[in-house]
Amino acid sequence: MEVNEQIAVDHGLKKEEFNKICDLLKRTPNLTELGIFSAMWNEHCSYKSSRIHLKKLNTKGKKVIQGPGENAGVIDIEDDDAIVFKIESHNHPSFIEPYQGAATGVGGIMRDVFTMGARPIANLNSIHFGSPQHPKTKNLLRGVVKGIGGYGNCMGIPTIGGQTNFDESYNGNILVNAMTLGLVNKNKIFYSKAAGIDKPVIYVGSKTGRDGIHGASMASAIFDEKIEEKKPTVQVGDPFTEKLLLEACLELMAGKSIISIQDMGAAGLTSSSIEMASKGNLGIELNLNKVPCREEKMTPYEIMLSESQERMLIVLENGKEDDAKKIFDKWNLDFAVIGKTTDTKKIELFFDNNKVAEIPINILAENAPVYDRKWKKTKLPQKIKFEKDNFKKLKITEVLKKILGLPNISSKKWIWQQYDHTVMGDTIQKPGSDSGVVRVHGTNKAVAASVDSSALYCYAHPLTGGKQVVCESWRNLISCGSKPIAITNCLNFGNPEKEENMGEFVECVEGINEASKFLDYPIVSGNVSFYNETKGKGIKPTPAIGGVGLIKDYKKMITMDLKKNNNLIIVVGKTEGHIDQSVFAINILNEKKGPPPVVNLFNEKNNGETTLKLIEEGLIKSAHDVSLGGIITAVSKMAMKGKKGFKLNKLKVLMNKFDYYFSEDQGRYIIEIEPNNLLKVQKILKDNSVHYDDIGIVTENEIIVDKEPILHIDDLIESNKKWLEEYMDK
Amino acid sequence: MKSSVIIFPGSNCDRDMDVALKKIGFKNQMVWHDDLEIPKSDLIVLPGGFSYGDYLRCGSIAAKSKIIKSVFKFADSGGLVLGICNGFQILTETGLLPGVLLQNKYQKFICKNVHVKINNKENKYFKNIKKEILELHIAHNEGNYFCSDEEIKSLNDNNQIAVTYCNEKGKEDDQFNPNGALNNIAGIFSKKKNILGMMPHPERMIDKYLSSNDGNFFFESLFENLK
Repeated sequence: MEVNEQIAVDHGLKKEEFNKICDLLKRTPNLTELGIFSAMWNEHCSYKSSRIHLKKLNTKGKKVIQGPGENAGVIDIEDDDAIVFKIESHNHPSFIEPYQGAATGVGGIMRDVFTMGARPIANLNSIHFGSPQHPKTKNLLRGVVKGIGGYGNCMGIPTIGGQTNFDESYNGNILVNAMTLGLVNKNKIFYSKAAGIDKPVIYVGSKTGRDGIHGASMASAIFDEKIEEKKPTVQVGDPFTEKLLLEACLELMAGKSIISIQDMGAAGLTSSSIEMASKGNLGIELNLNKVPCREEKMTPYEIMLSESQERMLIVLENGKEDDAKKIFDKWNLDFAVIGKTTDTKKIELFFDNNKVAEIPINILAENAPVYDRKWKKTKLPQKIKFEKDNFKKLKITEVLKKILGLPNISSKKWIWQQYDHTVMGDTIQKPGSDSGVVRVHGTNKAVAASVDSSALYCYAHPLTGGKQVVCESWRNLISCGSKPIAITNCLNFGNPEKEENMGEFVECVEGINEASKFLDYPIVSGNVSFYNETKGKGIKPTPAIGGVGLIKDYKKMITMDLKKNNNLIIVVGKTEGHIDQSVFAINILNEKKGPPPVVNLFNEKNNGETTLKLIEEGLIKSAHDVSLGGIITAVSKMAMKGKKGFKLNKLKVLMNKFDYYFSEDQGRYIIEIEPNNLLKVQKILKDNSVHYDDIGIVTENEIIVDKEPILHIDDLIESNKKWLEEYMDK
Repeated sequence: MKSSVIIFPGSNCDRDMDVALKKIGFKNQMVWHDDLEIPKSDLIVLPGGFSYGDYLRCGSIAAKSKIIKSVFKFADSGGLVLGICNGFQILTETGLLPGVLLQNKYQKFICKNVHVKINNKENKYFKNIKKEILELHIAHNEGNYFCSDEEIKSLNDNNQIAVTYCNEKGKEDDQFNPNGALNNIAGIFSKKKNILGMMPHPERMIDKYLSSNDGNFFFESLFENLK
């Protein structure tokens, strides 16, 4: 087939991009070459709209061993141990085929982590669905949860945390972001940069089939009525093969034969081979007849663009082929020498003794298009003047019950009970907590991890929202007694060719960066997902932040469940009464406008570090950060978890009690302390100039607020757990 | 005391079991599915996981693996064979234990703590165990035990029902049955009580920082009884 402009456009390239290709090559590419360009130059692989903004990110820090640009980021957790971690989106495929889309998302991120030599030790995820009333939501949720579980459970990696949100802006574009943490010796990390000429290039893992062809291009396009036709672009996962691949790769990595290794993820063999060569400033030659194929008569075009899962590309030291093959034979996996590194700085492909493609690597990688897209700033919305007289009709406890039963606040146990969260025997904090925590096997250390997003805040004011979500991640890690170290981000946005959407991206990234710098909480890996748009409607800006923290002595970890009657409940951080954009304003007062809560990074840092100090001094019995639903929702979650009640004091501040209990001011924590430690705690808080309010005590099981009718903790538990169970099963 | 944990491709609780056995004092060794011989052992464990992917009926391919003949031989001679989760599924597929493990009644993977009641202490596994009810953990998609009327009668007649799902006080009813298993069965013995298959994972509950440490009671009892 003769390649022309129309075929290029059908491949998702712009006309100008096609002309640029012809100019750079000084000829028209053939179909295989065009396919390679379309795979490398799409948004998903090239980051062409985001690159100039991502460059500004705060990626360095004392604990950073590897920042963005590799398969995953790596941080130092002392004693030669390092954590490899990353979050990645699989949004488009999951909407088309929820089970396989989500499953292969989990598989892909785990491969990114073990490619670097790390054994995965924990999975997390952030999933967003459309309105619960939307006809597709229930099945999408069911399929995604089954897919995430199906893959992670079979691999034997615990899923220790996550978040699930519903909002109508995801009706046509759900979000499935998967995160994995792996443990590696910091002197034994593997990278993707190839080195040396005439080194054998090895293909291992599953055979190549016709699944997932153009997956990365599909992920870079907006959806229309014809999305059903895109089902064949979704890959099919085989977690069993991936488990074998994991064990085989780690076995091979224990020796010294690997020069570089790269998993075949988006754009399969194309991007993995080009990335290895590009980083090593080398050429690569592949004989496509040697690629193990699942189906007959696959063409070079199909072989290069297939996104079949569970495959890896390895550059070996010369003469190590036989030893390596033995390992893959033992695990019953395909192993084939398919080419070699060269000094041509080109990718050269051979098939049936013909050269079927020849492209200089730098054209594909460094010369990929970069766009400085137009974007629009979002103004800070005006503050809403709430009619406080309307509050008089409300009862705190009634509002609380309603809030606890809202789809976004309700218990997600129905979901996480389908994920194996205890395999590997080191999970010491399970899903449903501020962070998931796993021990570093065989040591006194533990790592905490959390994933957060706040699309409503980001939509109202992207700059503030971006900052807020980083702070929320930081607080979640501190609440369990871990010191936050670094983050990974999954930037889910609409169409970058629209100024509003691009503006949301730019300003969220700016906010994320600002908070990351101030908190010394660097960004070590991440992924961008644009074009989350269907029929002209985009999603709310949804950056998801995955944070990782270290607990040096896991015996000092804190959980959020209230522990003992008569212990004191204290709010750390100042409550200003900001209710715009709060759950209370949106869901109870039906007011969706207004600015998100102000983020004061100085207070955030100071309050967090002081809370951590209290934890390290052993003065805190339980802790939880204040987020959606404000103080009373936070205390209630602690009470439900500990099956305890609480009694709130009469307010000592001059503020409407609804503003006080339901506002979503930032930088706050609830802590439970023993009465005899009050003086010590007060001193530390005062010495560090941290504001605090002593708001109440723990009770056996009664919820006592002013003179309102007393509730039993079981009432709250019931309100909190029933929504999702009834929605899914009844 | 020597134990052997068999690793099938797709096993994923092999390390957890190794850790638990060693903690209690066993000299444990790992045995590869493709081997023909099992080194001298006092206990053989078939661990949890997804042997050979479990794309067919769970455990069915493992039941035909190379190593399994040695397991038969060992079991025939009265040796102790313990199958947890996928290991239990494999034991029913081999016929060493009666019945089958169907998909959970609610068609979902379930991962949570459960309580089980020990029904029979006249055996090497539970003799002198210091508790009547254990809090253990389940994590499976196919744990819904089922067998024929004759088989259940025979299990009852021979005191082969090892552990049953219950609440923390030992009450066994539907409400505390997580997967629809017949008569709340969580684990059964062979006739000679040397083979035990059960769905709950004692190896995940071996210290107080995990969500229960009742697994220790199980392993301690087993170790003491083998001495």
